[in-house]
Amino acid sequence: MTANKYTNLCIGVTGLNANDNPGPGVAVIRALKEGLGAGVKIIGLSYESLEPGIYMHYLVDKTYQVPYPTAGTENLIERIRHIHEKEGLDMIIPNFDAELYNFIKIAPQLKKMGIHTLLPSIDQLLMRDKVNLAAFGRQNNFHVPGDYKLSTEADLKAAAGELSFPLVIKGKFYGATVAYTLNAALNAFHQLGAAWGYPVIAQQYIKGTEINIAALGDGKGNNISIVPMRKLYITDKGKAWAGVTIEDPALIKLANSFAKATHWNGPYEMEIMRDGEDHLFILEINPRFPAWIYLAAAAGQNQPVSLVKMAMGEDIIPFNEYEAGKLFIRHSWDDVVDISEFQQFSALGEL
Amino acid sequence: MKLKKNIATSESGFIFNPATGDSFSGNAMASSILLAMKNGEAEVTIKQNILQKYEVSPEQLDRDWDDWIVQLKEANLLETGSYDGK
Repeated sequence: MTANKYTNLCIGVTGLNANDNPGPGVAVIRALKEGLGAGVKIIGLSYESLEPGIYMHYLVDKTYQVPYPTAGTENLIERIRHIHEKEGLDMIIPNFDAELYNFIKIAPQLKKMGIHTLLPSIDQLLMRDKVNLAAFGRQNNFHVPGDYKLSTEADLKAAAGELSFPLVIKGKFYGATVAYTLNAALNAFHQLGAAWGYPVIAQQYIKGTEINIAALGDGKGNNISIVPMRKLYITDKGKAWAGVTIEDPALIKLANSFAKATHWNGPYEMEIMRDGEDHLFILEINPRFPAWIYLAAAAGQNQPVSLVKMAMGEDIIPFNEYEAGKLFIRHSWDDVVDISEFQQFSALGEL
Repeated sequence: MKLKKNIATSESGFIFNPATGDSFSGNAMASSILLAMKNGEAEVTIKQNILQKYEVSPEQLDRDWDDWIVQLKEANLLETGSYDGK
């Protein structure tokens, strides 16, 4: 029973980069269309002209280019004001880690404009940051791999002495390499530092089974939805290309402990490694929907639709079941469009 | 002590553990034994049925059964310990 107040909403969605390092936008839109009906109007918010979602006209009604996060909040709010005047946005769902800080900052202004969001606070965003994750784990009794912040080569040698090889060398915002030797670790340190800045993070390598959890926190210490997924096929970038929903009370308990500890508001993804002794190590907390979020909807918990309803002020009854054994298999597909579409978006920033 | 209750099996011999996401392919024999275990049949009953149906000595069946249980344990498909269906 989707009430009329949702069926004609106009929702802005970022993360249209459905490529080999996929953003969640297209999966979020798919879940929204399925849960709210075809009448919902989707406005794509894109950073680059080759984000595939821009050209998926069966999912995205219109796309506008938005300024990169480094351009700052003033530029972002001005661009959104322009888009809002033309489209009448009811809500925005940001789907990139790097843009969240700006969206959280401008959320009060968006609200005054009548644009709803459901976002974590800046403090919540920072506490799960890669740089702070180990301390967060220690404070809240979560298993988190040991880590070491690296600013110099000497730091890396010290990290190797403390954590021993193999090490996972991680970029501040993105990228991770498993290094088995000091030389490999040094290469990764320099590459990731040059790409994303410092500190680079050296993390203890945990051998085990990779599991992700997609969850939606209510901001009061509870989860509205929790769906765990076991990765079945992992790309060389570490992305799940196939996965299956699984049913394990320990994973539900872990997500509930996280929500209780943080009072997380909005969507998040826990990246978990289950080691040989059944310890659940938190490798990362992503402050947004994962790219595989449509699987959660297909398994019975449509988190993007719940987010919309929560953002619009509705009290949502938490989900209490989903179907284990639902499999997603991602694939590549060549969409063909006229060059004029690319030209229009590149030149005018709208399509 | 038993096959985990939520283990999914199919007639084609496909086995899925929803707690871990592990899946396995078994033959028709594995499929029928798993079905019997899921139904709570006792080890002795299952063995009797196999002895009646196939040309196998009780000694050989006991050895194969032990091997089967080891495989189920390794695959994390048993609750705990060995199978002791009633």
